[in-house]
Amino acid sequence: MWTLLQIELFKIFKRPRTYIAFIAIAAIVILIQLALYLDGKTYIGFLLQSIERFNVEGKILNGYFVCYFILQTLLIHVPLLIALVGGDMIAGEANMGTLRLLISKPISRSTLLVSKFLASSIYTLLLLIWMAILSLFVSLLVFGSGDLMVFQSQVIIQIPQSDVFWRYLAAFGFAAIAMITVAALSFFLSLFAENSIGPIVAAMSIVIVCTILTTMDLPLFLSMKPYLFTSHMLGWKGFFDIQATTGNSAVPGSIQNLPGILRSAFILIVHIVGFVVAAVVIFKKKDVLS
Amino acid sequence: MSAIIQVSNLSKQYREVKAVNDISFTVNTGDIYGFLGQNGAGKSTTIRMLLTLIEPTAGTIELFGKNLNSHRKAILRQIGAVIEKPDLYKYLTGYENLSLFAKMSGVAVNEKKLNDQLEQVGLTERAHSKVRTYSQGMKQRLGIAIALIHDPQLIILDEPTNGLDPQGIADIRNLILHLSRHQGKTILVSSHLLHEIELIANRMLIIDKGKKIMEGTVAALVDPARTMVHLEVTNPQQVVTWLQSSKWSANLQEHSNNVILLQMNKPQVPELTADLVNAGANIMALQPQNSLESYFLSLTTENRHVDTFTN
Repeated sequence: MWTLLQIELFKIFKRPRTYIAFIAIAAIVILIQLALYLDGKTYIGFLLQSIERFNVEGKILNGYFVCYFILQTLLIHVPLLIALVGGDMIAGEANMGTLRLLISKPISRSTLLVSKFLASSIYTLLLLIWMAILSLFVSLLVFGSGDLMVFQSQVIIQIPQSDVFWRYLAAFGFAAIAMITVAALSFFLSLFAENSIGPIVAAMSIVIVCTILTTMDLPLFLSMKPYLFTSHMLGWKGFFDIQATTGNSAVPGSIQNLPGILRSAFILIVHIVGFVVAAVVIFKKKDVLS
Repeated sequence: MSAIIQVSNLSKQYREVKAVNDISFTVNTGDIYGFLGQNGAGKSTTIRMLLTLIEPTAGTIELFGKNLNSHRKAILRQIGAVIEKPDLYKYLTGYENLSLFAKMSGVAVNEKKLNDQLEQVGLTERAHSKVRTYSQGMKQRLGIAIALIHDPQLIILDEPTNGLDPQGIADIRNLILHLSRHQGKTILVSSHLLHEIELIANRMLIIDKGKKIMEGTVAALVDPARTMVHLEVTNPQQVVTWLQSSKWSANLQEHSNNVILLQMNKPQVPELTADLVNAGANIMALQPQNSLESYFLSLTTENRHVDTFTN
């Protein structure tokens, strides 16, 4: 398994297309950072204009705020980049004609498939680590540190500086589960095609449709939300939903709805396991005709 | 001689289509076994079943005396294969491709072994070029290097000369003969280029439309007693009528338009020619063929005629 995993990672990182996602993330993050660096005060002013009698001390536009802003924007689009690799894992091999060579080697089909999935998961994790380095550490370097202000529809949440960093680690950990779910979906779809375009587009379409259903507050869609994995992918935000005392002071180290976050994480993990197990079962019986 | 491949009543059905229909054959140790059939005859499907790419609908496959289903990994460790055109990772070099597949084959690879293998197939100078820059012949040779890197006992080559120029075809042919004579490998080679099989194989199987037509030694198939004479005349009706009433009636195989086919012993051909001239046949061409190609074509053509009549 270890040898196979090494081989799969070698193949992934030898392909130029693998780096498209890293370049795309770097480009978007740097552009957002540049925009906020040049004109962030106007944006903060816009956010604060509807809030009366609210005195702000300290620097709102700090590295933590910029990172939160980037994550909100990017974590919706990163699945599309992950599908580029996940959707190519089997279909790409079928398209190149190398799948038949792989299967004729003395390796069990399930081992081959699991090592391929692990490789795409590692790629996903590396993409998130890259995103964390750029959006969190570079932002802290450029914009400095401070309390995190989270603007929600009804309230503003202020999290003390000393209580923020671990929340980001937890949020990136949750995002990793969410993104691996997308990798598992695109990987599963990759079984049914002999060209990687199909599963990539199919995975993107499923994520987009489910995300739209998740964000629309129509009664019919509301009843569907708990069953859509995209609803649970946004669970990382829960780490920034801090508990407050009766005097509206933040309780350090607290999370408003930890069971909700854990439930979402569990549902996503069930999806991952479901997609991978289904892929293995189907692949073991699949005739390789490509 | 022990059997390396023992296939019994093998079938593969895709919905209404029977790609392989109740085929049985045996490949013995040391054989160069030719697997012949036209495109779509079922050769690749059979080979894919031998390599576990496709699950048979019915029948059993034993390799090295073991059931393929229950000893898959142990059996595949002893097989090297090139399946149709050798598709490789184009974004990797030849050396990287070879190294990667060697690891997958479960052998401990070192630089020397990889370089020796590349040298054997004449790719030393291009070892570190990306495969996307290789010609078809080079890809084919790299595919064979990958098939051989783990020193398998059995080599399966599916249409190894497809897309190659005459020199490339000759190189592959010589390599197959070398592997058989000097390294004692057993080789199953499929092709629709019958002349190639005739030159290298000692035993062969012909299949058509998924069915086994015959299995035997190549020597028996090129028996002069089975010479096929292709006769082309301007007055076919008159010649056929004469043939049917002559001593050659038993040799008459079939006729269509201007072409008449007769099967006979090769030394009888001059006598037939003289009789035809005396009988007033206007001969445009008379061609005795006893090659495997002629035999193969006659067999598959016969089958088509049978189908036509039964339909």
